[in-house]
Amino acid sequence: MSQAATHHDTHHEAHHATGITRWLTTTNHKDIGTMYLVFSLIMFFIGGSMAMIIRLELFQPGLQFVNPQFFNSMTTMHALVMIFGAVMPAWTGFANWLVPLMIGAPDMALPRLNNWSFWILPFAFTLLLGTLFMPGGAPAGGWTMYPPLVLQTGEAFPFLIFAVHFMGASSIAGAINIIATVFNMRAPGMTLMKLPLFVWTWIITAFLLIASIPVLAGAVTMLLTDKFFGTSFFNAAGGGDPVMFQHIFWFFGHPEVYILILPAFGIASAIIPTFARKPLFGYSSMVYAAASIAFLSFIVWAHHMFTVGMPLAGELFFMYATVLIAVPTGVKVFNWVATMWQGSMTFETPMLFAIAFVVLFTIGGFSGLMLGVTPVDFQYHDTYFVVAHFHYVLVTGAVYALIAGTYFWLPKWTGHMYDEKLGKLHFWLSTISVNVLFFPQHFLGLAGMPRRIPDYAVQFADWNMVSSIGGFVFGASQLLFVWGIVKCARGGEKATAQVWEGAHGLEWTVPSPAPYHTFSEPPDASTIEGGMR
Amino acid sequence: MQRNVTQSANRRLVVQLLGVTALMFSFGYALVPLYNVFCEVTGLNGKTGQLTQAQADKLLPDKTREITVEFVTGVNAGLPWDFRPLQTKVVVNPGVVTLVSFEMTNRATINMIGQAIPSVAPQTAARYFSKTECFCFTQQPLAAGETKTVPVRFIIDPKLPKDVDRVTLSYTFFEAPQTAQQESNIAGGAPNT
Amino acid sequence: MTTSGIRRSARLFASALALTPLIAEAGWDQLNLTRGVTPYSETVYDLHMMILWVCVVTGIGVFGAIFYSILKFRKSKGAVAAHWHENTLVEFLWTAVPAVILVVMAIPATKALVMMEDVSKSDMTIKVTGYQWRWRYDYIGEGIHMYSGLARTSDVARQLNSGIDPKSVENYLLEVDNELVLPVGRKIRFLTTASDVIHAWWVPALGWKRDAIPGYINESWALIKEPGVYRGQCAELCGKDHGFMPVVVRALPEAEYKVWVEKTKAEQAAKTAGLAQPATAAVAQAN
Repeated sequence: MSQAATHHDTHHEAHHATGITRWLTTTNHKDIGTMYLVFSLIMFFIGGSMAMIIRLELFQPGLQFVNPQFFNSMTTMHALVMIFGAVMPAWTGFANWLVPLMIGAPDMALPRLNNWSFWILPFAFTLLLGTLFMPGGAPAGGWTMYPPLVLQTGEAFPFLIFAVHFMGASSIAGAINIIATVFNMRAPGMTLMKLPLFVWTWIITAFLLIASIPVLAGAVTMLLTDKFFGTSFFNAAGGGDPVMFQHIFWFFGHPEVYILILPAFGIASAIIPTFARKPLFGYSSMVYAAASIAFLSFIVWAHHMFTVGMPLAGELFFMYATVLIAVPTGVKVFNWVATMWQGSMTFETPMLFAIAFVVLFTIGGFSGLMLGVTPVDFQYHDTYFVVAHFHYVLVTGAVYALIAGTYFWLPKWTGHMYDEKLGKLHFWLSTISVNVLFFPQHFLGLAGMPRRIPDYAVQFADWNMVSSIGGFVFGASQLLFVWGIVKCARGGEKATAQVWEGAHGLEWTVPSPAPYHTFSEPPDASTIEGGMR
Repeated sequence: MQRNVTQSANRRLVVQLLGVTALMFSFGYALVPLYNVFCEVTGLNGKTGQLTQAQADKLLPDKTREITVEFVTGVNAGLPWDFRPLQTKVVVNPGVVTLVSFEMTNRATINMIGQAIPSVAPQTAARYFSKTECFCFTQQPLAAGETKTVPVRFIIDPKLPKDVDRVTLSYTFFEAPQTAQQESNIAGGAPNT
Repeated sequence: MTTSGIRRSARLFASALALTPLIAEAGWDQLNLTRGVTPYSETVYDLHMMILWVCVVTGIGVFGAIFYSILKFRKSKGAVAAHWHENTLVEFLWTAVPAVILVVMAIPATKALVMMEDVSKSDMTIKVTGYQWRWRYDYIGEGIHMYSGLARTSDVARQLNSGIDPKSVENYLLEVDNELVLPVGRKIRFLTTASDVIHAWWVPALGWKRDAIPGYINESWALIKEPGVYRGQCAELCGKDHGFMPVVVRALPEAEYKVWVEKTKAEQAAKTAGLAQPATAAVAQAN
């Protein structure tokens, strides 16, 4: 069937537009996937620069570089840029590139919608990043946008709200496209329980997006009308309640957490079996575990706000539901370990990042379990312990999976092998520094340092300095990542179609680089063992 | 032909998924009344019991129990008012209507309208705590420099959970939302002493 | 493993570390949660240590298996991949066993929560109000109230490029102008609220933090067992100076506390009178 694919490519009106017009008007899933990935990489560095400013100011006690208001803008914007600009578009980019290839489809189901959903993003982030240059500065009330504080935002406020609306619209459009692609475009014989786990986790993610992003849109719309049109959703004087915003926000916010991490589970489930040369352990339990995590994500939101003062029964319910998530998450981790067990492992860069993902994500899972226990959360809440927790699950979790996936499929995308030595250097530098960066933050939080503060008491000085040093090295290491990608795109050892000895699945049956048009004739997927292998 | 089938299937799916999106957007708004119901049941955010005077009259006093009711007051930033309870606490029997008073003063040089927001602690007591008369039911206009004493009549339902021995009734005065715009020029923010 | 067993081994481990010359006691404070000075904070500490140990033991198991696989099942050592990819018994076990551990953990957690939420039979009430950016404390029934903001020395040093070394400032960012003075041995009820935006009042030694929400009051309690000075901070982002509104609690023995109350009452009465009447009259009244 790779023959069919190449055959078609030569005939097709492949690149009818050139230059910038090609990218503006393209409806090709590979082009759009590439644009998403490049966009998210740029955002990763913009958000990363903000993190560098934060760590620079926190390098030692006292204020040396920025004023507190700007510092708060940095923490707020760092979160918004990283979540909505880096990680979410990166996952959509992966889905664009890989879902059609994995299920044997010629393209996404809705190519034009696909183009729009990408091009909304640069517009949204121009609005958001533009606030940095406004009088009054960028939003500084935290990415969680809690009223009444967020209503004190200056001229940036409506820009923040509309940027969030646009990001949400883009994500929803992307999610609809992915669902339609998987439901309607699968090659004959590609049954649901044969789908690679990346496709499965993305389907679940897409449903989470469609169910949760509109709730966020509602919440920020209420903020907007409260500020400008005299409504009182969150204003106590008019019969509203600021705490209600937190409930609505986190009803979105917790599923959002799994939107960021579920596709990472799919990536790990693709890479680990490949380099262990052994089928993924417990394919169906992986699917069920991801689905139950997604379901549970809708009934645990209030664990983000245990300290607002809830009835005892509510605190107990949200505690029980939250710690319950440890069970399906544990199943996933155990499955990955069992996949490695009695395998025949090699340790190329994608595998290194994938193993580090399993280990470090599990550490984030442990601190998550601790945070889920309400009475102790009364101590942990809003401290650096929380900061350490969500950076372990998002940086060494989601971002590590993204990096692993990039190295894994880069040869398929570019047709060249990446520089393995450079990849390994990137891995070791990143992995050592990221732990120097985030592990001490557990100590800081336990010792009593609140989060979102620009300056701190002197007893927190030592670990903050260690953390900042780790941060600078981690930030610099990511330049190696970019260098590796650029180098690989420009040339290098020719990649074969299968690329990796242990790789299975439809995307490895097309040549490398994947031709502009693939699977114009649907492949026969009945012989493929799919995710089961 | 296969392509046409797929396209109509796609169209159907897109319409359905957009329907879900619209539904979830409305659900965000539906959370507002849902939250209010939730608060009424649990006593969150000051939603107290809603017995009328007539219903309150029918409750039988429970002379065997004594509940301490404390009163605390506050004024939100931006409203230059003084506001204090004329009694810091009273000891009452459940089922007996009690009258207490509060005093408020407008220290601004212009007329202002305030709205008092009640809150009860512990939350479990809130639904058993009913106000049959309260200045918080309506907005309170105060002329510049005016001082006014206002009453609250309340009753505690004898079904109040046994472990509650002390109930706090808190009032916070906010500037009424309708007038907030016009008076935004007032130097506010300084807390009252 | 029983809870008390874990607790005992946790204490043993903690004290062993404290004895290690490399990590002095001060060092341990910078690594772990404080044990605090209230019954609740001690309960929370024990619970924290229990869950931490559950995580550490699970982690050793999982990471051990991963590193064993890495060392043992590598292709370069001639490992040949097996083909199995399912095992119902193992899958059942690693679903059921964590579930059981979680239930066991949930029992003491539930007890702790019930303890925290039982605010009845309190001996006194303090109302805590958050402002941008300081605290107000009202001693309900005593007629005492005060504002408590960042101490002047810290406030000067914390300005951008102040040129003052924070290390030279005593209790940098953790010192206030007016401390919250409290008695030991009484069950103190705290009512938290705010006047502008949401804040959170937190003293780690008391074992909890609670949001201060404009318009609404939240209830919590503490029974301080030992006299001392306990420091904390605002824990909910409340704007520009969120990092600069510390909390300082000074816990006094009952007798000293009573003396402090009388003295402060007199002072505040004098001040109020001084505002209302000519200064001479105020002095006369204070005497």
